[in-house]
Amino acid sequence: MNAWLIAMMAIIRREALRFVHQRSRFLAALVRPLVWLVVFAAGFRAALGLSIIPPYETYITYEVYIVPGLCGMIQLFNGMQSSLSLVYDQEMGSMRLLLTSPLPRWWLLLSKLLAGVAVSVLQVYTFLAVAAGFGIVLPAWGYVCLLPALVLSGLMLGALGLLISSTIRQLENFAGVMNFVIFPMFFLSTALYPLWKMEESSALLRDICALNPFTHAVELIRFALYQSLSGWALLWVVLAFAVFFGLALLGYDPAHGMTRRRKGG
Amino acid sequence: MTALNVSDLRYSYGPKRALDGVSFALSPGFTALLGPNGAGKSTLFALLTRLFVTREGRITVAGHDIAAEPRAALSKIGVVFQQPTLDLDMSVMRNMRYFAALHGIAGREAVRRAETALAQLGMAERAGEKVRDLNGGHRRRMEIARALIHQPEVLLLDEATVGLDFESRQAIVAHVHGLAASGLTVLWATHLVDEIEDGDDVVVLHRGRVLAHESAAALRGDRPLAEVFIEMTGARATGVEGGA
Repeated sequence: MNAWLIAMMAIIRREALRFVHQRSRFLAALVRPLVWLVVFAAGFRAALGLSIIPPYETYITYEVYIVPGLCGMIQLFNGMQSSLSLVYDQEMGSMRLLLTSPLPRWWLLLSKLLAGVAVSVLQVYTFLAVAAGFGIVLPAWGYVCLLPALVLSGLMLGALGLLISSTIRQLENFAGVMNFVIFPMFFLSTALYPLWKMEESSALLRDICALNPFTHAVELIRFALYQSLSGWALLWVVLAFAVFFGLALLGYDPAHGMTRRRKGG
Repeated sequence: MTALNVSDLRYSYGPKRALDGVSFALSPGFTALLGPNGAGKSTLFALLTRLFVTREGRITVAGHDIAAEPRAALSKIGVVFQQPTLDLDMSVMRNMRYFAALHGIAGREAVRRAETALAQLGMAERAGEKVRDLNGGHRRRMEIARALIHQPEVLLLDEATVGLDFESRQAIVAHVHGLAASGLTVLWATHLVDEIEDGDDVVVLHRGRVLAHESAAALRGDRPLAEVFIEMTGARATGVEGGA
């Protein structure tokens, strides 16, 4: 096997092993969206009326509506969790080990990203299996079409996490960033309400939601679950990934970014 | 051909200059990079491993310019950082194989090389143990073994004995001297003079500058190395009193 692929597979395997060792992380990743689905969605079902909007062809319950958003939520949290582990790795030194490998830095960081995506995909499918147990069953082929959408949205959100990790020097600073990134991204998106519903309350809110890359990740997932493609969402997700990953590479470039700002002895 | 060549290297953190025209050339054998805390040793290591880059000065590893051919240069370097970089929840062998994979080595070849490297450091029987279960000295030995798995020409160790008891330190120093005697080029950063033997090459680094580069015996003359070191740097030498 090619040296580049050997390294990538090893990085993915290591991340998967880490994930298996951290059972509480797996449980948290599963419980969080399930609470939203079972408790939050049940409460909102009666209060919130949803008209038929693409990709849906009939009326749906609120639980069905928020499933793609919760899939995105899993990936968003996973991206930030990976980012947290990168900051930890930088503090502990194991990131140095990775960055002194003779392979190109962009490849190593892309491998790290894909490792995070693999874990998040596993989490999403587990969530969907449990959701099916609660009676939320989606079209059978939707589960298959979902995979490439999850890979793309996972890459985009992982790249955002990578970018954030390249700007943070200490683990203690991370909690604030989580609050300033995760919550605004999640709540100012179509994860919980469609855009037209946002527009009813404020045009500005609607515009912010439309600009939020997470909105497009959720829509990409939503359309994929119904075996269709939102070209606009795809374009946004790919563009956002390119921008986040490009900036993250700059952040990890020894000539410009994070490593340069860390003072040695 | 020298294995490691550093020429007129300069590096600053903002207005503070950490390295100021550092030059030296190393051939196979043991070279101690001796300097007090804050001398610039870790900055130098970060530049040698391309964690930092600078446009001022030049580094070549086994003939490869680290700026022009970073991949070729890095493939010739083994490095042990001051901070441990092991995955505690994985076994020794799994850690070794992970690192081998980062150098493009997999499968049986990775296992064979890991076994050889662990045997060199007297760690062969620990291959199946979890790193978490190893003591500090064994973890360090494992990190050195790991740094050898891709058969580098230059081995860099940044304060590799920090936090270890005297016996563990001595064992690691002896192991690394053994590696240097077998033809490896070793750069051993330390502020502990008792880790240096008379036959070793010594580069004294202080405030980002090389104050001396000669054998320990020539450097100390008929005085203890610790005394010479204090005189040169004004620093308080640590380690066994008297030193080499």
